[in-house]
Amino acid sequence: MGFVGFVEGPLFYIAAAIFALAAAWRVFGLIRMGRKPDISPPKGSATAGFIKGNLRHFLPRGMFARRTWIHIVGGYAFHLGLFVLFFFGAFHIDFIKQYLGISWTPLPRWGFILASEIAFAGLIVLWVRRFSDPVMRLISDRDDHIGTWLTFLVMLTGCLALQQSHEVLRGIHMLFVDIWLIYFPFSRLMHAFTFVLSRGHTGATYGRKGMNP
Amino acid sequence: MTVQKAIDKFVEKTGAKVASYLDACVRCGLCAQACQYHEATGDPRHAPVMKFQPLQQAYQASKDPLSPLWRMIGRAPKKVTEEELSDWQDLIYDSCSMCGRCTLACPMGIDIASLVWVMREGMSEVGLVPPEITKMAHAARDTGSPIGVTAKKLRKILDDVEKKYDVKMHLDKPHAEVLLLDSSLDYEAYQPTLAAMAKILDRLGIDWSFSSKGYEASNLGLFSGEESIARTMVERITEAAEDMGAKTVLAPECGHGYGSIRWEAPNLLGRELPFEVLHIVEFLARMHKEGRLKLKPESRALTYHDPCKLGRRGGVFEEPREMMRDLVTDYREMKPGGVTNWCCGGGGGVVVIESARKLQLESFKIKMDQVEKTGAEGVVMSCAFCHMTFDKSSEHFKWDKKIEDMVQMVERQMID
Ligand code: SF4
Ligand code: SF4
Repeated sequence: MGFVGFVEGPLFYIAAAIFALAAAWRVFGLIRMGRKPDISPPKGSATAGFIKGNLRHFLPRGMFARRTWIHIVGGYAFHLGLFVLFFFGAFHIDFIKQYLGISWTPLPRWGFILASEIAFAGLIVLWVRRFSDPVMRLISDRDDHIGTWLTFLVMLTGCLALQQSHEVLRGIHMLFVDIWLIYFPFSRLMHAFTFVLSRGHTGATYGRKGMNP
Repeated sequence: MTVQKAIDKFVEKTGAKVASYLDACVRCGLCAQACQYHEATGDPRHAPVMKFQPLQQAYQASKDPLSPLWRMIGRAPKKVTEEELSDWQDLIYDSCSMCGRCTLACPMGIDIASLVWVMREGMSEVGLVPPEITKMAHAARDTGSPIGVTAKKLRKILDDVEKKYDVKMHLDKPHAEVLLLDSSLDYEAYQPTLAAMAKILDRLGIDWSFSSKGYEASNLGLFSGEESIARTMVERITEAAEDMGAKTVLAPECGHGYGSIRWEAPNLLGRELPFEVLHIVEFLARMHKEGRLKLKPESRALTYHDPCKLGRRGGVFEEPREMMRDLVTDYREMKPGGVTNWCCGGGGGVVVIESARKLQLESFKIKMDQVEKTGAEGVVMSCAFCHMTFDKSSEHFKWDKKIEDMVQMVERQMID
């Protein structure tokens, strides 16, 4: 088996299995810790609060714009760009079809390139902020930088593989995807799942008090 | 000091909610701009995210679902040290009023104030509570009041208020329908507010009384981090209300006192309570809505300061506004207001901590600016702790805005 076959085959299966198992372990581990039921008489619904809390924090408040605008622009550019790249890139759709047998309409090539550029710009802005902003500099650690760099390399090698001129470029991309998948559940990248719990707990607490901050 | 006791407490108090918060933080620092102490100083150390770092460290070392793996491969975070905890004391007490504003800015919706509470619980295990708060919390546990208003002294205070303000102060009246509470701050320093509450209730024909078994609304255990003291304080009130057969317990103008008996008490005691709890302003707004309380508006321009523990932490926003709109002809909303209102900087016990004085005053400048921008001649509030912070800070800055208690205004302006 060649390099490409290995990173797309056995290594990918192992990486995907580690990703799924460790991420599930971590999320269920969090839920399993349990929470004492709140028995104070509620003024509103905790369930509605859970949902509202999750939605509310997608929209940052304008009053915090002085500090947040860079994060908002960078954060949304990166996350939306990545989402589009991942789910609407023609090669990704082919890849998903190969494993799951389902497919949908991909983005045209120019759309893919535009989404990548937006995602790259967003990621770079967020990373530069890690050392240019005094608060972020103080609180960032190795994990934050590794997570950013791995994501960057996955995206960069993905763009290099776009031409499909050399199989080995696709192999390098897949190698970084595999490493990224293995790293993900052990890092802060897990916020992609845990944000639901975190926002939800706050939303539920406030929901019982009849508000949705 | 055995630092392990603090760590054990951190771990014990980390359930699904706290763990989700500690797990979800992406270290984006967005919470910084929401915190008055960070904004007042520009010091990155005062960013809210910094405040829960030892808790996060303890979590990752021993409670995180992945911690067995980290330990196995020798990559568990190092144990929180005695020195680190001591270094954190000022972040946990002097520079956090547990106002909850940072949650509004956090993209993960992390309730940092609740993490600070867990930190305080751990700190109190190892004697790292500022001495002023310890003294008051222990006095409350031992004497019934943080500043020595014992049951005996209460009787004397109420007698004096009766004479001075010409009002009947009911104490230990059997079978009263409403148990009225107040905080030692009012009993000692803001007696006109105490008298005003009594006068309003009498004029509304309410069957009410204080109880010498449970009269103190403030709960310094909720500042020090000593849950046993917090429980003792609410137990006294609950027993007093049950003995009296009260249907309603009225919390006074004390934001955290309201939260203590309204939201914390059932959970601290592990049972539902057989009475309704209302903040005095909630009660007045209800009377107002029912048409039993009529007000004559004064022709003045005033604004309202939302006490954090009553508003953002307690859910009471609309009621004080309903009253304000009928108390003055020109009610002015602060910007930002309501749920996003700035803390006065004195909550969570900060106002009584000597070492926090400078920081509290710096943070109060934000509040002054907010009030100034409304152009109002004064500011109304419904919390004795906020009132004390405003009084002390105004004196320092020689700030001449009028500071008013809502209850006193209602008493002055109600029409029989
Ligand atoms: S709860 Fe309030 S005082 Fe404490 S860190 Fe958050 S914003 Fe600052
Ligand atoms: S805003 Fe929230 S996620 Fe970001 S650093 Fe502060 S607590 Fe962590």
